[in-house]
Amino acid sequence: MPVVLQGILTILIGVGGCIAYFYFSNLVLDKVIFPAKGENAGRNINRANQVRPWLFLFPAIFVLGLYLVYPVVGSLIRSFYGRDGQEFVGLTYYALLFSGGDFTRAFLNNLLWVLFVPAASTFIGLVAAQLTDKLSWGNLAKSLIFMPMAISFVGASLIWKFVYANDAEIGLINAIRASLGFENPIDVLQIPFWNNFFLMVILIWIQTGFAMVILSAALRGIPEETIEAAILDGANPWQLFFKIKVPQIMSTIVVVWTTITILVLKVFDIVYTMTGGNFGTEILPSYMMDYFVTSKGYASAIAIVIMITVLPVMIWNIRQARREMR
Amino acid sequence: MADLKLTDVAKAYGNVQVLKDINLDIKQGELVVFVGPSGCGKSTLLRMIAGLEKITGGELQIDGRVVNNVPPAQRGIAMVFQSYALYPHMTVRDNMAFALKIAKKSKDEIDAAIKKAARILQLEPYLDRLPKALSGGQRQRVAIGRSIVRDPKVYLFDEPLSNLDAALRVATRIEIAQLKESMPDSTMIYVTHDQVEAMTLASRIVVLAGGGISQVGTPLELYEKPENEFVAQFIGSPAMNMLPGKITATGERTTVAMDGGGTAVSTYPTRDEDMGAQVKVGVRPEDLRESKGEDYIFEGKVDITEALGEVTLLYFETGNADLEDMEKGDAAVIAKLSGIHSDLRGNEVRLTADPSKVHLFLDGKSLRYR
Repeated sequence: MPVVLQGILTILIGVGGCIAYFYFSNLVLDKVIFPAKGENAGRNINRANQVRPWLFLFPAIFVLGLYLVYPVVGSLIRSFYGRDGQEFVGLTYYALLFSGGDFTRAFLNNLLWVLFVPAASTFIGLVAAQLTDKLSWGNLAKSLIFMPMAISFVGASLIWKFVYANDAEIGLINAIRASLGFENPIDVLQIPFWNNFFLMVILIWIQTGFAMVILSAALRGIPEETIEAAILDGANPWQLFFKIKVPQIMSTIVVVWTTITILVLKVFDIVYTMTGGNFGTEILPSYMMDYFVTSKGYASAIAIVIMITVLPVMIWNIRQARREMR
Repeated sequence: MADLKLTDVAKAYGNVQVLKDINLDIKQGELVVFVGPSGCGKSTLLRMIAGLEKITGGELQIDGRVVNNVPPAQRGIAMVFQSYALYPHMTVRDNMAFALKIAKKSKDEIDAAIKKAARILQLEPYLDRLPKALSGGQRQRVAIGRSIVRDPKVYLFDEPLSNLDAALRVATRIEIAQLKESMPDSTMIYVTHDQVEAMTLASRIVVLAGGGISQVGTPLELYEKPENEFVAQFIGSPAMNMLPGKITATGERTTVAMDGGGTAVSTYPTRDEDMGAQVKVGVRPEDLRESKGEDYIFEGKVDITEALGEVTLLYFETGNADLEDMEKGDAAVIAKLSGIHSDLRGNEVRLTADPSKVHLFLDGKSLRYR
């Protein structure tokens, strides 16, 4: 069967299946289980309406359960078992994790990422949003800044591999160094500690556009009069920005910040592609991937640690986003 | 606390001339109200004085100093916005303190200024609340308080009561009047489209229309001696009736033969050459009274009566009312008679007015001023 037909057939089955599910499940509910006739018609209608929301929620709950809740529970259980998945080892892997070594390094690196990337992305995004708002070609500038969002992490990493290339003919950094008169090209990805930041720059480059777009919308939502009132009150542009504008969009800033934080905690592609976790650039997700094949139990323990780390940020994020909506 | 002088002030957005030839002298202690129909540029003029809009022509002086290019904060003005424009993330106290903190005033000075303003505006119990926990009227008082603490030379009000409900509007209007009373030296400029606000608050009213000043005067001057048809119809509610006629006798008093029959006599003096001129006779609804004899200005059938108790409004059929006339406001003749006259509906009624209350307009301009 040609691929195109296969695709069309898949779409038909998928969409048709959804429609059929909702149509027939409601039909069964209304005609068979709680028919709106006979002596209990009124009571049946009420009951049917109580059941109906669950009918609509069921597919989503089922899929989430299958692909999110079950794996979490599965990973948790697996993290208590040994390499072959048979031998119960209890908390051994967790003890191993916290006994130091590579995990500590990955954890501390991750902490650096969590502190630095959201802060830098949000701040640069905020500044970009403010500055592009006043420009006649601001929308063009915004599109350019937003564009990296459309590139996959792996694709972005490849682009930056060229920027960082250990060759003045290819790498931007070394080209600049060469033009300044430095002789030998360097590999920035091998400079201890600082190489982490060179990796973070890639994610900041990608995420700044996201922060800018959201914050730009928030800045535009600030009532113009409060800004004019502040101008009349004598505020200079800095005071206007930091004392009047930023506080008014604080809740949006928090949402952007936490959203990027959550993303940072699960990014592994960049490290994986750029250094493979070498030269002291390991972070938790890439560390987990290292053991994905060799020791499922250990990898699962790392996954659980990552999840526990993300959870509080996630809860805070959702709360802020909800408050924002109100 | 200062004089304001506008000389040939103009505003253009590109090629579009919004305001031109604005000449105005505002003395210290005056409360000047800008009124006009929407889109007449009254808010724009206020924002030009504030410095929020650039002045594209002419000169603006505050206290003898040309301030065309002086930044808003250094003009010595404070502005109260229609939407209050309170800083939502600051308490009432911080809202009022903001300008003073920026001006690097000492803490004691700031506290004293806030205390004083809060006492005047009865905001003391609310100083530590956020704006969202205040009612509309309270918010407006905070906005006014934010102006007071700065002790500006000129207060600017941009439709400050428009966002309040009717009852609160009256109460706040009186509060503003009292505030003005308590600060007799301060100069205030107040923009509104509500002529009741204009009439009750103003020491002088500036009527703006068609990109320029239509007339400047005290409220009663505008009411009693309008310079042109626009002001005559804009001030007063219901609007002044405008009826066409032809001058038949000139001199100290003028007699006009109305096109619809009847005769109007006015105390406006006219010259011999005005004889036979086609004029508009303007009479306010409240100046009209019933006439039993042959001496009448207008005769018509009462279409609708509105009994308000103290007065009765009579709406007359004019026969030739079409939509265009309606929009100009001279479709129906309206009379406002004191007392209750519910029996007049459907009757033919003749109306007349005291000659001193009969206004004459030639080509839109009052014959009183020439």
